Amino acid sequence: MSALLAFEIPYWGQSLLRVLGGIVAVLLPAGTIVYLFLFKMMSFMQSRLGPMEAGPYGSLQLVAEVGKWLQKEDIAPAAADQRIFKMAPIIVLVSTFLLVAVVPFGPQAYFTDFSAGIFYALAVGSVSVIGILVAGWASANKYSLLGGLRAAGQLIAYELPMVLAVVGVVIQAGSMNMQQIVVAQNTGAIFGFEWLGNPFVLSQFVGFLVFMIAVQAELTQPPFDMPIAESELVSGYMTEYSGFRFLMFFIAEFATAGVFALIASVLFLGGWGVPFIWFGWESLSDVAWWMNLAGPAIMLTKMLLLTFLMMWVRFSYPRFREDQLQTFAWKFLIPIALANIILTAILKVVF
Amino acid sequence: MTMLSDRQQLSYIAAQAADARLNVELETEGMTLNIGPQHPATHGTLRIIARLDGEQVVWAEPSCGYMHRGYEKLAEVRTYPQVTTLVNRIDWLGSFANEVPFILAAEQLMEVEAPPRAQWIRTILFELSRIANVSLFLGDLGVQMGAITPVFMAFRDREYVLNLIEGATGGRFHPNFDRIGGLKDDLPAGWVDETRQVMRKLRNFCDEIEDLLFGNEIFQSRMRGIGVIPADVARQYGLSGANLRAAGVDWDLRRDQEIALAYDQVDFKVWTHPDGDCFARCWVRLQETREATKIVDQLLDGLPPGPIMAKVPRIIKVPAGEAWVSTENPLGEMGYYVVSQGDLGPFRVKIRSASFNNISVVPWVLRGVYVPDIITILASLYFILGDIDR
Repeated sequence: MSALLAFEIPYWGQSLLRVLGGIVAVLLPAGTIVYLFLFKMMSFMQSRLGPMEAGPYGSLQLVAEVGKWLQKEDIAPAAADQRIFKMAPIIVLVSTFLLVAVVPFGPQAYFTDFSAGIFYALAVGSVSVIGILVAGWASANKYSLLGGLRAAGQLIAYELPMVLAVVGVVIQAGSMNMQQIVVAQNTGAIFGFEWLGNPFVLSQFVGFLVFMIAVQAELTQPPFDMPIAESELVSGYMTEYSGFRFLMFFIAEFATAGVFALIASVLFLGGWGVPFIWFGWESLSDVAWWMNLAGPAIMLTKMLLLTFLMMWVRFSYPRFREDQLQTFAWKFLIPIALANIILTAILKVVF
Repeated sequence: MTMLSDRQQLSYIAAQAADARLNVELETEGMTLNIGPQHPATHGTLRIIARLDGEQVVWAEPSCGYMHRGYEKLAEVRTYPQVTTLVNRIDWLGSFANEVPFILAAEQLMEVEAPPRAQWIRTILFELSRIANVSLFLGDLGVQMGAITPVFMAFRDREYVLNLIEGATGGRFHPNFDRIGGLKDDLPAGWVDETRQVMRKLRNFCDEIEDLLFGNEIFQSRMRGIGVIPADVARQYGLSGANLRAAGVDWDLRRDQEIALAYDQVDFKVWTHPDGDCFARCWVRLQETREATKIVDQLLDGLPPGPIMAKVPRIIKVPAGEAWVSTENPLGEMGYYVVSQGDLGPFRVKIRSASFNNISVVPWVLRGVYVPDIITILASLYFILGDIDR
């Protein structure tokens, strides 16, 4: 990022900028998703208006909600394991911040860039399982316990198809580096036709579907919201949380949806880039500096597109039963993800 | 219990085995989960005590009475016209339907009969309250399984029906409109046309729900083959209404009994389903809502002119005697056994409400199912808490 500026920023300044950028990159998508989709789109789908009073068109409703949560009392049940109970939402939120660290937003606009980026992302994505599990356990509530256990079983089961879906992309791009995956898509060609680049959603369509389904399950959103299941388990592992700890779970839920959508758009939709041939760029080093500004906007658009799909499913589907959910993961998603990998590998060798 | 289905038998054996394992093998404590009295899935304060082995239910029992209001006893210190105000609040989603059997029982004792127009309007309002009741069930079905959108459609379209009921009776939830010997008022001007339009909307709503929920693969896999109640078990437990018809028993009091309502004037089909599972119960209710809109349409076409009140004394004293009248209410068979000793008020009223009998099958049907199935089975049995506790 320092290449943009005429002077060198000291290390502490860079770190500070990164932290601020990370907070923006997590909270901005979360807020956008909550207002645009959870408040407005859901209301329109359900033939109502949604919030209209706070701010123009209800746009400040979220601020009011956050204010409400912040001033609520932070209650912990007497029988709860106090320290762990209070730690759990932080663990869940930290996993979101760890995820966003490897997402590239432009040729130089990234927090960190290392060779095993997507591998790291998949690894830290499951940190939230620990948070959810301890939240369920420490709440000293039967519903929470059931929810936590369900979450653990579900998240572990859907970790696999997600990894397998990504393997296809990694084979095609030839790299685990997120930046390289973006470049591979934007410099590629579809049967010699270079105008569109080669967004992997076309060649890895099966992988894309499996990835999105697995993401939906990772986020414990309907139809995979067994761990929360408000009509069965009240609110699952979140039942006993109130005030800003509940807010953390809430932010984590939607921020993670945003971050996973960002990762999916990097993997399948060409990330921040435009097809390089449009401007005659050859490689990453040719990309013009203004892509650092255009990139985040492109990413935000793609993220909104993908989260729209996720929320659409969320608002219209009933939920699976726990055993059906496991069957779906192990007997359907994993086999087709494996078949996709084999097919991709064969085609990679052939072409 | 005779004649279990294979699935029931298997799940029963599984539950027994789980119970044995719980006690002997691992010496683990079974978890007892109290679902309710305060729980988002139970439409009120019903409590289900469930012993679990992991996610499987070993034993379950409903515990009701948290909302007992003593209407049977209260009715003894009210006059006959006042009792309708009480019984309105039994099944609060289809209030008008609660008044009808009581009024019919009182009319039977007094040997008066409402004029034809009153009977027809009664039947129309009866069916409207059925639609108001069951359309909410159809929307709520989604919520019980995590789909939040259908319930808003249900509330949107139920609103039209409630407006109609309000237009005719003055009360949205508690009409208190039925009188011994007829009705309080005639229909307001323009009501008939409006009702026709609303019935069209309700048929659209049924199509929407069928598209959105019943055709959904997840919905079907959650519903089909779950909570099977065979016909003989359903009869033994005294199930009625759609729960019984979904078990394949062709039984509908609207058609099967001679009663002072206009059902013999209309042509309607009694829907049954051979499966007896959750899906069958929901499907039968969906079809009944459609059928009810058609019944209302037919009744509106042939609405006879005439008075809406028979000749009854100003101060109603019911001659001594006993009467039992039951009707096919939205939730099932609802009946009143009225004992009169010639006073202003009844000497004793016994209320047979459908939900109380319908949930008696819960311990039987919940054995060996998973926790999420508890919710779907309870949702598909469809009870209103006021109807259980009275």
